[in-house]
Amino acid sequence: MSAELSVSVSNEDLGNPVEPFLRSDRMPHIWCPGCGIGTTVNSFARALIESKIDLKSVALVSGIGCTGRVAGYVALDSFHTTHGRAIPFATGLKLANPKLNVVVYSGDGDLSAIGGNHLIHAARRNIDLKVICVNNLIYAMTGGQTAPTTPDHATTSTNPYGTFEPAFNLPHLVEAAGAVYVARWTTFHARQLSRAIGEAFQKKGFSFIEVISPCPTLYQRRNRLGDGLETMKYYKAMSKVRTGAPTSEVGLTMNGEIIVGKFVDRNRADYQTMMRAQYASSLGEKFVELEAVCS
Amino acid sequence: MKADPRGVLTGEHFIDGDHACCEGALAAGARFAAGYPITPSTEIVERFAARVPTVGGTFIQMEDELAASITLQGAVWGGAKAFTVTSGPGFSLMMEHVGYAAMTETPCVFVDVQRGGPSTGLPTLPAQADMMQARWGSHGDYAIIALCPNSPQECFDLTIKAFNLAEEFRTPVMFMMDEVVGHMTEKVVIPPADRIEIIPRKYTQKPAEEFLPYKGNGAMVPEMARTGEGYKFHVTGLTHDERGYPNMTPQIQDKLVRRLQNKIQFAADRITLCEEENLSDADVVVVSYGITSRVAQRAIDQARERGLRVGKLRLITAWPFPQERIRELAGRVKAFIVPELNLGQMALEVERAALGKAETYPLTHAGGGVHNPEDILRAIVEARR
Amino acid sequence: MQLTEIHIAGFGGQGVILSAMVLGKAASIFQKRFATVTQNFGPEARGGACSAQLILSDSAVLYPYVTHPDILVVMSQEAFNRFTPELKDGGTLVVEQDLVRVTGLDGKKTIKVFGIPATRIAEGLGKKMVLNSVMVGFFTALTQLLDADAVRRAVSESVPPIFRELNLEAFEQGFKQGKVASGKGGTELELQYTAED
Repeated sequence: MSAELSVSVSNEDLGNPVEPFLRSDRMPHIWCPGCGIGTTVNSFARALIESKIDLKSVALVSGIGCTGRVAGYVALDSFHTTHGRAIPFATGLKLANPKLNVVVYSGDGDLSAIGGNHLIHAARRNIDLKVICVNNLIYAMTGGQTAPTTPDHATTSTNPYGTFEPAFNLPHLVEAAGAVYVARWTTFHARQLSRAIGEAFQKKGFSFIEVISPCPTLYQRRNRLGDGLETMKYYKAMSKVRTGAPTSEVGLTMNGEIIVGKFVDRNRADYQTMMRAQYASSLGEKFVELEAVCS
Repeated sequence: MKADPRGVLTGEHFIDGDHACCEGALAAGARFAAGYPITPSTEIVERFAARVPTVGGTFIQMEDELAASITLQGAVWGGAKAFTVTSGPGFSLMMEHVGYAAMTETPCVFVDVQRGGPSTGLPTLPAQADMMQARWGSHGDYAIIALCPNSPQECFDLTIKAFNLAEEFRTPVMFMMDEVVGHMTEKVVIPPADRIEIIPRKYTQKPAEEFLPYKGNGAMVPEMARTGEGYKFHVTGLTHDERGYPNMTPQIQDKLVRRLQNKIQFAADRITLCEEENLSDADVVVVSYGITSRVAQRAIDQARERGLRVGKLRLITAWPFPQERIRELAGRVKAFIVPELNLGQMALEVERAALGKAETYPLTHAGGGVHNPEDILRAIVEARR
Repeated sequence: MQLTEIHIAGFGGQGVILSAMVLGKAASIFQKRFATVTQNFGPEARGGACSAQLILSDSAVLYPYVTHPDILVVMSQEAFNRFTPELKDGGTLVVEQDLVRVTGLDGKKTIKVFGIPATRIAEGLGKKMVLNSVMVGFFTALTQLLDADAVRRAVSESVPPIFRELNLEAFEQGFKQGKVASGKGGTELELQYTAED
């Protein structure tokens, strides 16, 4: 298995326990050495194991970008959609077949820039989706351009003299929009991340987990932040666990503290529950429940 | 298989084309629509939103057409027959997802109630200027199927056909209405469910180990697997091999894109529908579609009353284009007249197919109304000279 | 039934579109003839001018628009001013007589004019909004294009159940006036005249 996956694989197992969750016939993967995406996949696979969820019921939807490629590597029903549109695709999948556990796995640019409108509206509707947003603070697949998440005055290929746009604080954004579960971890926190994903599977509604992840090839290198290992040291040193922290206070900077933890865990009726209740009260006996599969 | 009676509003109705399209979709088994309001198409989803909770299904109004056009595809993979409905500006926004549906072979229907353009254009007035966009609107090579109803009855009948073709060929089907047909009210006869033929989705019977999600069968159309049944299949808009895995080599690209094109082009004879009249003795043929075909009919009738040998060819399917039929006619007629509510779109196809053996006269109209039948009559008279 | 072009116009809220729908439904569903209704869409259709075109025929209707109506029904002065010039020579003009002053017919055409105070009659029944059913009743008796029972059925199926009786009563009132107007050549209402005869 790849170098970055080994970061969080414990020694207690013989062989790699997450291997059955991967399409081994698609290895090696495309991610760079030191990239954090593989680590997140490892945590995701472990969460699936620990949650004992029926893997047949899990569908994974990705957008475009480095993280978008996750869909291609997991041994699940998986959909690699168009740029920014993983969430609306996943919305249709979930609404047509409510028995599925639908995971959206994509990057910060995909979910919060081109897909930003869908992100807030899915959170507002409280569609029952588990969204894992790997935030490497940059557009990586296309070569290191500014993302809505790029912090401070970081240098990117499209802001060669430093960015000056303020960045999105994603936990704050999705909380305001209505998410029922919001957490942030870094790729250093493989176990905590795994636990958070497991918790999201227990929630009904729009869950959002942000994973701060290095892009040594573009973000770290261009900003002289060292390699993958040095980034792990930074994550370790500067991360502060603050469960229940007000999301307005968890914005990111280039070198500063990274507030991690579970920020939001609340209950609110999800879209389909609200829809059925509304139809039932308005239509009474005329309301016919959805049949999951039409033909 | 026969239609599910729960979705079929059997009887005689006096409804407009938009409502008839909705009833066609329900009769065809559509139980999911995602939409975004846009004139003059909105009545279709308004009716669907009112009807579908009484037959077991979902309508969701999305935040924009980009979302609507991909949400419906998620629903298809979730097991539903699904569609979206839009007009000009929304159709433009949906184009990337027409390509995604073509590439991932997601059976679905896009309804475009055409209005005047470009841009915001004429929101409440007719045009037929999206015909080339329907064919070529998304980037890359693919083939498409597009149908053109000319009455509320056909909005019902052909919507069912659109869903059936989508399933048979695993392709997005463009349903090209226009504002006049959409807002025109006429009698629509909805037959009993057992007289409506529905093509169900072809799900594979193979076990997961043997199943190749993108291996075409004899007709080049792969079978689908149901999400959630352990097939662990992968769907991607990237160029992919028969396993569905990304493979970006020229060889795989060639094989895939040609299959996407050929599965429809090779079946063009079977898909293509034309309505023909008086072609045997014609020396001029009026080629038209949608609302313009009804305007043209008046001119054709007047011309024949005057003893002019004019024939009619109405395109019920615009795509695939009936090029063989036009080619054959070009060998024995003098001219084609092509009235359409655009500055010459399908006329280009007629001209291409005619190979210079007969003249093609586009009769253009920028939209906002329909042709004056007198203008078509005059063109018929002039073309015979 | 020969192809008959009918144009109904007024302002939003008068039931202009519904009138055309009722007549079209009577013809196509209950009399097995052909009917096509188109309506003018646009911002002006909301509260402002509103018009619907109805074509009745024994054979399938091709061209969906009215070019020169055989019958023009107007329920506002604006509609009268705008559409009367299109009326066919020898055509019939039906007006809401309290809302339309018939003026300025240029005399080049021979037009029969019939009027009815449809709004006043509807108000007398307790609901102004049924004026369209009064008008439909008047139209049915006057023109004799459609079978009265077919139109009654169409009225009853086109309105909300709780207003069914009221609309049918409105229809009858209009119908009665229409019969009188038709039988007496319309002079009863002192509005019928021929512009040049």
